[in-house]
Amino acid sequence: MDNYLSLFTQYNIPAAFWVNIQLTFWAAIGALVIGTILALMRISPVPSFEAFGAGYVNIIRNTPLTIILLFGVLALYNQLGFRLSDDFQTNFFRLAVMGLSIYHAAFVCEAIRSGVNTVPQGQAEAARAIGLGFLQSASLVILPQAFRGAIVPLGNVLIALIKNTTVAAVGSVAVEASSVMKTALEFRGDIIIPIFLTFAIGFVIIVIPVGLLTTWLSKKLAVAR
Amino acid sequence: MSASVLFDAPGPRARRRILLTNIIGILVIVVLLYIVISGLAGKGQMTAEKWSSLFTANAWVNFLLPGLVNTLKAAALAIVFSVVIGLLLGIGRLSLNKPIRWVCSILVEFFRAVPVLLMMVFFNIFFSRTGLVPGSDAPFWSVVVGLVCYNGSVVAELVRSGVNNLPKGQREAGTAIGLTRGQSLRMIEIPQALTAMLPALIGQFVVILKDSALGYIISYNEFLFFARTFGSANANTLQALVVAAAVFIIINFALTKVAEFVSRRLGSRLGKAGDDEPPVVALGLPPMVPGAK
Repeated sequence: MDNYLSLFTQYNIPAAFWVNIQLTFWAAIGALVIGTILALMRISPVPSFEAFGAGYVNIIRNTPLTIILLFGVLALYNQLGFRLSDDFQTNFFRLAVMGLSIYHAAFVCEAIRSGVNTVPQGQAEAARAIGLGFLQSASLVILPQAFRGAIVPLGNVLIALIKNTTVAAVGSVAVEASSVMKTALEFRGDIIIPIFLTFAIGFVIIVIPVGLLTTWLSKKLAVAR
Repeated sequence: MSASVLFDAPGPRARRRILLTNIIGILVIVVLLYIVISGLAGKGQMTAEKWSSLFTANAWVNFLLPGLVNTLKAAALAIVFSVVIGLLLGIGRLSLNKPIRWVCSILVEFFRAVPVLLMMVFFNIFFSRTGLVPGSDAPFWSVVVGLVCYNGSVVAELVRSGVNNLPKGQREAGTAIGLTRGQSLRMIEIPQALTAMLPALIGQFVVILKDSALGYIISYNEFLFFARTFGSANANTLQALVVAAAVFIIINFALTKVAEFVSRRLGSRLGKAGDDEPPVVALGLPPMVPGAK
């Protein structure tokens, strides 16, 4: 038991998870902003916007996240000298946030679009009838209802994002959970199964409440029809 | 279709406005593309030799194809085992036997919540330490096992929601002709659930293929690994990564199209309007609420 507890003095496990939570927070905001813009483009009457939105979603959704994050470090940073901060660590952190935002925006866009599909046609007709244009009816009538109808898929994207922050290891974010677990496993060969279970349960503790919360929210905020 | 919800058939003025916005949109996209490409060219990234080395026989025969074979091998094995284990876990969660149901539920919920990468990293070290598989095969098997743990539980959820979405009369008819719960599951409910979940299942194959690229991190010599090796040897990592991404996109796009085709076929067969895209499922997460689609 002491053997196991020494793990926590040797490695700062809460700090590792804190990095993942920070990655999740910033990437969630980024993905929500890009995803909403993409969703607007995809439902707009302008063919070039629609094509751009569809192209973005189809390309990004089918690319492995590993490639996107690797691209940030190897191609943008190493090969092109692109940087988001002068500080070494902050730069990698921001590159990872950028990659995670770009990747999950495609899924946010699809989640919002599925939410738009739950809005009855009468709502859009009513918006048009009182003289609202496309952007007005989208922002005042359609999107508010679409978000409420899209809570479950958006929650699923958030859960996927939380888990995918571990892939930031490939983007040289060194102190996040999966990298710390790897180091711990390599140096503490005596307790590899407890180490894995510790980190795994850490994620279960973060992910399960998010799932329960979105289920509860989706029921509470469901538009009564 | 969502597109028709927001606007009427446009009149002459709206058509002119749309045309104008469309032209502006195209210009903006072209300008953006130009900025990216000229920026790359300014850094000497658009020269012919940076790209052409990726389309030589040497690149494909010695690097990319062996990598692609390894990726497909891991993904194919993971798909087969995920479906088998997913079926077992899914049936277990529907079982009337309480302990079996509980064990299967805990396994499914646990493996759905743990990041795939975490499992791969763990199994990689676990396999090489315990010597369960020969040392050089440890990365391969940890990719497969990691993928199976996660995707098996996703498939289990697909099976469960598929069965729960069947009309109640199916099970009642089974009971009426004297089948036990297990028999009616096996002979009546699961076969129908399998057909209904086929599009979502194919969507899940996309997730498996994409996640197999995580093997790069535990140095399984899959497609991305070889692409990167080739890229660093020829000082064109950026170009190699773009080509690697393109190959993944083409394969996954084809798989998605197959899923949509199957969905449409089933839709007309089951007499429902086919729900074309399974966007959320493609991310690897079935709806948290059973039956919510």
